[in-house]
Amino acid sequence: MSFFGMDCLRKKERELERKLRANDREYNLTFKYATNAIKTSKYNPFTFLPLNLFEQFQRIANAYFLFLLVLQVIPQISSLSWFTTVVPLVLVLTVTAAKDATDDINRHRSDNQVNNRKVQVLIDRKLQSKKWMDVQVGDIIRLENNQFVTADLLLLSSSEPLNLVYIETAELDGETNLKVRQALTVTGDLGEDSEKLADFNGPETKLMQNCGKTTFKRTSIDRLMNVLVLCIFGFLAFMCTILAIGNFFWEVNEGSQFMVFLPRQDGNNAAFSAFLTFWSYVIILNTVVPISLYVSVEIIRLGNSFYIDWDRKMYFARYNTPAEARTTTLNEELGQIKYVFSDKTGTLTQNIMTFNKCSINGKSYGDVYDYTGQRLEITEHTETVDFSFNPLADPRFMFHDHSLVEAVKLEDPEVHNFFRLLALCHTVMAEEKKEGELFYQAQSPDEGALVTAARNFGFVFRSRTPDSVSIVEMGEQRSYELLAILDFNNVRKRMSVIVRSPEGKLCLYCKGADTIIYERLHQSCSKLMDVTTEHLNEFAGEGLRTLALAYKNLDEEYFNQWKQRHHEASTELDNQESKLEELYEEIEKDLLLLGATAIEDKLQDGVPQTIEQLSKANIKIWVLTGDKQETAENIGYSCNLLREEMNDVFIVSGNSPEDVREELRNARTSMKPVEDSMFVPERTLGKGVKLIADELVNGEYGLVINGHSLAYALEGSMELEFLRTACMCKSVICCRVTPLQKAQVVELVKKYKQAVTLAIGDGANDVSMIKAAHIGVGISGQEGMQAVLSSDYSFAQFRFLQRLLLVHGRWSYLRMCKFLRYFFYKNFTFTFVHFWYGFFCGFSAQTVYDEWFITLYNLMYTALPVLGMSLFDQDVNDVWSFQYPQLYIPGQLNLYFSRKAFFKCALHSCYSSMVLFFIPYLAMHNTVRDDGKDVADYQSFALLTQTCLLFAVTIQLALEMSYWTAVNTFFVLGSLAMYFAVTFTMYSNGMFLMLPSAFPFIGTARNSLNQPNIWLTILLTSILCVLPVVTYRFLFIQLYPTINDKVMFKVRQAKATPAPPPLRTRIRRTSSRRSGYAFSHAQGYGNLVTSGRFLRRPALSGSSGFGNIGRTTTGFSPMGRSAGYSPTGRPQNAKVQDVEVTSLQMYRTIKDPAF
Amino acid sequence: MVDVPEVPLMGKVKGKSGPLARRPDNSAFKQQRLPAWSPMLTANTVLPFFYLMSLICMLLGVWLLLTVQSTQEIKLDYTEAGTCDICFEKRKNSSNAAQPCSCTLVFPIKKALKGDVFFYYGLQNFHQNLRRYMDSRDDGQMVGRKKNLKDQNGLPIAPCGAVANSIFNDSFILTYHGSSGPSVLVPLLRKGIAWYTDKNVKYRNPNNDNMTLVQAFEGTAQPLYWQKPVYELDPLDPTNNGFINDDLIIWMREAAFPNFKKLYGVLYRANQPFTKGLPAGNYTINISYNFPVQYFQGRKEVVLTTLTWFGGQNHFLPVAYLVTSCLTLLMAVILTVAWWKFGKNGKRMEE
Repeated sequence: MSFFGMDCLRKKERELERKLRANDREYNLTFKYATNAIKTSKYNPFTFLPLNLFEQFQRIANAYFLFLLVLQVIPQISSLSWFTTVVPLVLVLTVTAAKDATDDINRHRSDNQVNNRKVQVLIDRKLQSKKWMDVQVGDIIRLENNQFVTADLLLLSSSEPLNLVYIETAELDGETNLKVRQALTVTGDLGEDSEKLADFNGPETKLMQNCGKTTFKRTSIDRLMNVLVLCIFGFLAFMCTILAIGNFFWEVNEGSQFMVFLPRQDGNNAAFSAFLTFWSYVIILNTVVPISLYVSVEIIRLGNSFYIDWDRKMYFARYNTPAEARTTTLNEELGQIKYVFSDKTGTLTQNIMTFNKCSINGKSYGDVYDYTGQRLEITEHTETVDFSFNPLADPRFMFHDHSLVEAVKLEDPEVHNFFRLLALCHTVMAEEKKEGELFYQAQSPDEGALVTAARNFGFVFRSRTPDSVSIVEMGEQRSYELLAILDFNNVRKRMSVIVRSPEGKLCLYCKGADTIIYERLHQSCSKLMDVTTEHLNEFAGEGLRTLALAYKNLDEEYFNQWKQRHHEASTELDNQESKLEELYEEIEKDLLLLGATAIEDKLQDGVPQTIEQLSKANIKIWVLTGDKQETAENIGYSCNLLREEMNDVFIVSGNSPEDVREELRNARTSMKPVEDSMFVPERTLGKGVKLIADELVNGEYGLVINGHSLAYALEGSMELEFLRTACMCKSVICCRVTPLQKAQVVELVKKYKQAVTLAIGDGANDVSMIKAAHIGVGISGQEGMQAVLSSDYSFAQFRFLQRLLLVHGRWSYLRMCKFLRYFFYKNFTFTFVHFWYGFFCGFSAQTVYDEWFITLYNLMYTALPVLGMSLFDQDVNDVWSFQYPQLYIPGQLNLYFSRKAFFKCALHSCYSSMVLFFIPYLAMHNTVRDDGKDVADYQSFALLTQTCLLFAVTIQLALEMSYWTAVNTFFVLGSLAMYFAVTFTMYSNGMFLMLPSAFPFIGTARNSLNQPNIWLTILLTSILCVLPVVTYRFLFIQLYPTINDKVMFKVRQAKATPAPPPLRTRIRRTSSRRSGYAFSHAQGYGNLVTSGRFLRRPALSGSSGFGNIGRTTTGFSPMGRSAGYSPTGRPQNAKVQDVEVTSLQMYRTIKDPAF
Repeated sequence: MVDVPEVPLMGKVKGKSGPLARRPDNSAFKQQRLPAWSPMLTANTVLPFFYLMSLICMLLGVWLLLTVQSTQEIKLDYTEAGTCDICFEKRKNSSNAAQPCSCTLVFPIKKALKGDVFFYYGLQNFHQNLRRYMDSRDDGQMVGRKKNLKDQNGLPIAPCGAVANSIFNDSFILTYHGSSGPSVLVPLLRKGIAWYTDKNVKYRNPNNDNMTLVQAFEGTAQPLYWQKPVYELDPLDPTNNGFINDDLIIWMREAAFPNFKKLYGVLYRANQPFTKGLPAGNYTINISYNFPVQYFQGRKEVVLTTLTWFGGQNHFLPVAYLVTSCLTLLMAVILTVAWWKFGKNGKRMEE
């Protein structure tokens, strides 16, 4: 954004203070502060041409061609007419300018959109709706929740308690946590909602002053190309030097004698002539760095981006969202991804919890069987249970197993107790706006799902007070006295409530992790335990989150005594926590097992398959999530990231740097026992940047690392340790990470691994990671647009990632590499022929070809075929690409285009150019036409060589191309036809008579192309150019077939039969020793529920109570996330230090100078 | 709940609305499903191709070799040969440039040259392909349009430039001394030996509808090295004079390489004894030796040759085809062996 840089320069001096009067427009206008119109566009119609040209000539390639043009104007040097450079240059400039213009028009549009957003401004004591662009310094503004702010504001007052506002500054600093701002106490009591004073406007806002920092992402091919272009420049200088030296000796030995016929200009000696020749050859040989290269690369990328936009298989009908390539310059990088960093919630999972299965009293419910007893796959068409008997049922709840409803209707006491527990033992808040319309606000979606399940099965939780819970049991309203909540925490992994039923019976209901509950069961349950364990294992194997439920009837007397001690303990000042802990332990024993619940954290469609495909493609997937370790681990299993077959899954959860280091070391030694721990395989690449090479391990491993451990692991001294360990694992899960840490992890991998990274996420907390990675993908859909806006690609579903990478990415990479290889080949060949000719024309910088051919070679004769190839080529189609994800691996290894490939290209060109020069030379040397007339003249030779060249490069292209569409065929044949058409036109009488000096080749085509020996020469050069290539390739296919060859071979074999359908089997695991416990619940809500603090607000005021705590405005399901994100959660559960380590980083408050 | 994000769709807004409004078109092009032919280098295609190629090259090579063998060529370097050494020495001194010098070269033709016989002069080591040499010509002038190049005296030179200035100005008279009868002058056609397009389009005298050539070239100077002005190049034939003189045109068609030959004349076969070509016997060439070559260590030669459809006697292409044929055969055998041993069973193609 150079424009704003200029703007800043224009300011005469730094503004030290600002004077303004609130709500006094006349006064404020006298200072001529900037208006609030935002301007990100660069040009207007008048400045476009000069500014754009100025910018374009800052590009090295364009500047180089301008320099060439200057050289060509000097008559002593000019070896080519000016038009050979001007025509391509103008074309390139025009194309780029057109692209810039459309970009800028889009920017103008989005500026208008931002500027025209409405805002409430206080004018003349009334709130008026104004456009943001009309807001002036000193205006008082009223903001509401979730409004965009496009000015720097001073907070006067807020409707929140304590005059707080939460603001998100993702677009300012990339940090996406909510920041807290408090109004000055003086202004605090002014009014409703948020009122703000406009402070800095328009271009002076912090946002606009910061937005210039956006770094442009470049692909590794781009960087390689820059290196190569430098090499080529060096090589060009080398060739020119050789030719200049040659010229010097020629001038000394022969030229001086030839001066009779060709007098030199005054004062020119051999040395000066050599100097001039150097520059002349710079002009002639400039085609080694063709200007059209950059344009063609842009066009190819643009085309491949359009394919992404157009892909119906990446269109998500439910949201009406097609995939979108927001950046058009990174396509081929998609084919080289080595590391994928994924967010969990909203990306892998839908963030919808569903009550899926349960085990009650040793009977498992939830599966559907057909009449033969075969378990059926549950699909969208499976018949769901009808809950119409229950007027309070949630219509969105789905359950497929009818037997459970029947059991409820049969009044099975165990089943009733099971659901009663679910309806009573929780911290959910109910809201009943209208009679019978219940809304639950759950602190965790798991709880919400459980309570909703109970609600549908006839145990409706209706309302609660601090000391009672009202439920409707099978249509009958009952109120339970809530005597105690034994709250949940990470160590206890369970929660209990003690209630007194309307009948006066005391009962303790407990739900928690199976392992924990099992330890506290009464012996009489052992039989039931075995059956339930089986069920739990089955649930866990399916990736479901399980909880065990138990209850216990309490003795009135015992309870009173316990209650007394509980009261004492909770009023005690020191040791309160451990005392309470003991009391809880004491009462929560000899429980009676009721059963277990299984909740599905619903994955997005196709996530396990996608992850499996990606890992087959050797892509390492790291999940970075803010969730708890158990939750993350559970999801890791259910989406196939962690597998039972893995040799080991390491869990790093140390609380001190030493522990973490130890755990990482241990993990590594168990992966690679024979390792000299001192040796780090690394290599240095310029400027001391170390690169860590991949280390080979036997077997597959997984790594789960906790947030606070990660904080240590990311410290400078340990990051290498962490990276090495993590990179040896097949998949890595980082839980409890902050947005900042997400970016740090990505940066870490980027820093030490020469690998391409991709970050995918949906929420604002992923923005930093998306921006940090080489490629950022945003899931467009439910969670707002921040992730999408800062991403390079966006689509609606995680599963589209495999299509983006394995199909589009792979093809893009393949095409780009083929393009570059071929492009360098064709231009080197073209240029080297000049070099050889130098030895025969006294190094006088005579061109081999007609100048028009030089001008049009890259623009017309060879442009379309290679473009066609790089837009349409595919080695195998998408179905096969999915079938063999291994096809993706060559891209990660940079196999298709590297320095080595480039060098091979150059060698190949060298050979071809020798064939193309020496065969015509020897064939035409001293030859005449069949009627004795000239055919060995310069013009005929030029025509012959250029025709040979064109045939040779076209045939080479045909060999490269593996996908001949009609368009390709048309382009290839059309270009050849065009060559002849243009040649005959250029060499025609008419053109010559119009401009004799521009078209001196008149008649050459007619007079030499009717000669058989000319065509025999063309045939011979073509054969000799093709033979070695075909031989080499065929031999390699036979001896060392690449994965592509193998798959293409299979495609040919399978051509008779249609391609096999993609693997779509649901992954099921049966054996499992692990617990499926993964309850995303945070501590502290028990106190909250019983304290009644939330009740101070009117119950119907929408976003009250939990709503304000949650990261998003409404509480339950699909929007709510686990409590880890709640900004106000900390004061309420300040006790839980182990969880809050990471939160501290998230919620740091920054002192704002404005306050 | 589901709110559809307003994503700008690359600048185009479709008129459609409804739930699937933004669904991309299902065209083969957009979905990259265009029907296509995917060739692959398989043994079934490559090996037959190689053998076929080898065969074709072999046949071509043999045929061309036979064709080339059927032509006859006599090449005579006359730089210092015969009596020309005197002239050669004379031309060494540039002050003698204006003095005429002629010499004679005697040579036998053992076997009659049958059919059309072409008479060439050849130069060795003369760089007509130097950039500045070629740049110095003016095609605009040669097509009769302008006379703007000035010499020291302010007169435009016609024709201008180093190419025209350095025109080859030796002339030859070929005489046949038959075994019986008197010596006969070998008649050579000196016209119609340039490209038709050159003679009729590329070179035009300045507008001379009502003017004589002399008037048309009035006010121009002759090139520095020329003995006579451009309108006197062929004193006999006015249609072969000025810029459209065949010798000038042929010289102006610059050779691509430093060793070249240019057509001087074609045997006129109307009269005996030349109706069937050049009979065997002794010949002399009378050379008016003007062109200096000693400056650049050049050689001058005369070439008498017969032609076929393939052109002159150049053995390169036939030999090259034969070599290529052998190479292809060799490659084909290697490839066959490689395929037989490794690729045939497809084992390496399996994972």
